[in-house]
Amino acid sequence: MDQPTDEVLLDIHRRMVRIRVFETEAGRMAEAGKIPGALHLYVGEEAVAAGVMAHLSDDDWITSTHRGHGHLIAKGGEFDRMFAELFGRATGYCRGKGGSMHISNMDLGMLGANGIVGAGPPIAVGAAFSTKFRNTDRVAVSFFGDGASNEGSFHEAANMAALYKLPAIFVCENNGYGEYTPQANHQAIVDVADRASGYGMPGVIVDGMDAVAVYEAAGAAIERARSGDGPTLLECKTYRFFDHVGVRGMGLSYRTDEELEEWQKRDPIHMFEARLDELGVLSRDDAAKIHEGVLEEVRAGIEFAESSPLPDPETLLEDVYA
Amino acid sequence: MAEAAQREITYVGAIAEGARTILNEQEGAFIAGEDVAGAGGVFGSYRGLLDEFGSDRIVDTPISEEGIVGLGVGAAATGLRPIIDIMFMDFMGECMDEIANQMAKMRYMFGGSAKLPITVVTMSGAGMNMAAQHSQSLEVWLCHLPGLKVVTPATPYDAKGMLIAAARDDNPVFVVMNKLSLRNQGPVPEEAYEVPIGAAEVVRAGDDLTFVSYSRMVSEAVKAAEALSADGIEAEVIDLKSLQPMDTDTVIESVQKTHRAVVVHEAVRFAGLGGEIAAQIQELAFDDLDAPVARVGAPFSPVPFSSVLEQTYLPNADKIAAEARQLLGM
Repeated sequence: MDQPTDEVLLDIHRRMVRIRVFETEAGRMAEAGKIPGALHLYVGEEAVAAGVMAHLSDDDWITSTHRGHGHLIAKGGEFDRMFAELFGRATGYCRGKGGSMHISNMDLGMLGANGIVGAGPPIAVGAAFSTKFRNTDRVAVSFFGDGASNEGSFHEAANMAALYKLPAIFVCENNGYGEYTPQANHQAIVDVADRASGYGMPGVIVDGMDAVAVYEAAGAAIERARSGDGPTLLECKTYRFFDHVGVRGMGLSYRTDEELEEWQKRDPIHMFEARLDELGVLSRDDAAKIHEGVLEEVRAGIEFAESSPLPDPETLLEDVYA
Repeated sequence: MAEAAQREITYVGAIAEGARTILNEQEGAFIAGEDVAGAGGVFGSYRGLLDEFGSDRIVDTPISEEGIVGLGVGAAATGLRPIIDIMFMDFMGECMDEIANQMAKMRYMFGGSAKLPITVVTMSGAGMNMAAQHSQSLEVWLCHLPGLKVVTPATPYDAKGMLIAAARDDNPVFVVMNKLSLRNQGPVPEEAYEVPIGAAEVVRAGDDLTFVSYSRMVSEAVKAAEALSADGIEAEVIDLKSLQPMDTDTVIESVQKTHRAVVVHEAVRFAGLGGEIAAQIQELAFDDLDAPVARVGAPFSPVPFSSVLEQTYLPNADKIAAEARQLLGM
C-alpha cells in the first residue's frame, strides 16, 4: 500500500484531535455533573479510530463499543448533536434515548455504540452480508476490545464472516484491560490476532499508537475486503489513558501509574505531531492552532447541548416500534 | 352459492408457501438458519426453496445462534429483510443478547433512526418426546421485550398468513410455530394474504364462559368446548393469534358477555402469559366477572421425556374442561 499523502496525514491528525478534545471536555462535563450516567472515554486510543476511518465513507458501516464516541467522531459525527445526546437532550443523535453507550448515526454508517461487550461483531457481519447481497463494494468494520474477544459472539461472527467471505474487518482495540481486568488475567494469549487463524482469516498486529501504521494495515484489510477476499482480524495494541469509566487515570488499584506513564510517552497524537513536524507537513504551531480551533467547536457543541430542550415526556413511547 | 373447494395443505407446507411468497415479492428478503438450505429445514419448512431461489437467498449457517440473529439484525438495519430461522425456540438461550438487547432495542436506542424489518421463525411446543431442551413454550421471554412483536399461528391458514404479515412488517416479529401442528391439514388459499398482527379471533361462539388461548392449545380448547356442549355449557373460544401486540378488546368483549374466563396455554403456568391476561381482564372487566379468572398451563416442571410423563405434563382438552367445570361450580 502507498504511503499516505500529506492530505491524508492531515485528515488523520484532525480526526485524532477532534476525538481527544471532545473526550477531554466531555470528561470535564461529566465531572461537573452535567453529563449523567456512565462515560467511557477513548483518550489514548485515537490512532485506531482515525487510522481506520480515514479509509471509509458514509456508505461503509461500523459497529462500535461502549467506548464509542471516538468511533462516531472519526466517522464524521458532529459535536453539537453528540454533546446534545450525552446531555440527554431532544436534539441529540438519539433524541436523548440512547446516551453515551448507544450513540449512533445511521446516515454516517455508524450502527451504534453498544453497552453489551461483544454484541457488535455479529451485527457487523450482518451489515457486511448486506453489502455483499447487494453487490456493492462497501465494507463493515467492527471495533471491539481484548475483553470482547472472549465473548462467543466474536467467535461466531468471525467464523461466519470467513465462511461467507464477507467484506468485514474485525478491529480489536487491545488496550490491555477487559474493563478492570488485565489481559493476562482474562486470556492465555498475548496476541488476540492469533485467534484469526482458527477462522481462516489473516491476523495482523499493529502498533495502535501509531496512526500511520494503523492506516496502512487497515487499508490493506479494507482493500482485501472490498475485493471479495474476505475478512481480516486487525489487532491494534493501544492503551486507555483514563479509567474504564470516567476520567481518572492515575492512582488506580488495578494498574500502576508507571505503566500509564510509559504509554503516555507514546501518546498517539504527540508522536504523530512530531512526525508531521519532521516531515514538514504540519508545524507545531499550526498543530496547536488546530487544537484551539477544535476546542472552540467543542465549546460551541456544549453550548448547543446546554441550550437545547430536554425531551418532551410525551416522546417516551415513540420509536419503540416503526 | 357453491363454494369453490378449498385446497387443504399442511401447516409445514403453509410455512414454505408463506416463505416463497415473501421471497418472490421482496428482493431484500432472504432466509438464514441452521439446515434451511440443503436440508430444507429440519422440519421441512423450507423444502424446495434453495433450488428456486439459490444459495444467496437461502443461506445455511453454522450452528451459531447468536451469530445468526446478529447477522439478521445487521442485515435488517442496513436495508435487507431477513427471515431468520431458530430451529427450536429452546435455542434462544444462545442468542438472547442479540434478541433482547440489540434487535428489540436498536430502533429505540437510536431515537427512531433505525428500522429492523426482521422476521424470526421458530418452533415451540411439547408432545413429541423431544424432552426438556426441544419442547418448551418460551413466548413470554419475547412478550416481555418492548420492540418485538410475537405471533403464534395455530392453523395452516395462519402459519402462511402470519408469516407473510410478519415479513411485510417493518418491525422485528417472532413467528412462533408449533411443532406438533406441523402435519395438521387445513384450508390455505394459494394466493398471498395476511393474517393481521394484533387481531384475535373468536373461533367458537358461546355465552357461558370464555377460553382465551393461542397456538396448539386453541384446538384443545375447542375440543373442551365441544365436550362441555354435551352438558349444555357453551364456551366461547378466542384464539389470540398475536401475543404482542395483544387484542385485549376481543377478550374483554367476550368476558363482558360470558362473565367467566379460563386462560389456556401450553407454557408453564407460573409467570406465564395467563397471569398477564388474567390481570388485564380484572383491570378492565372486574365488574363483569362472576368468578376469578382461571388458568390452565403446564406445571412448574421441565418438559419430561417419557410419554406417560409428557402427557401428564401437557394441558389438554380434558384438563381444560375440568377447569371450566370447576369454575362453573359443576
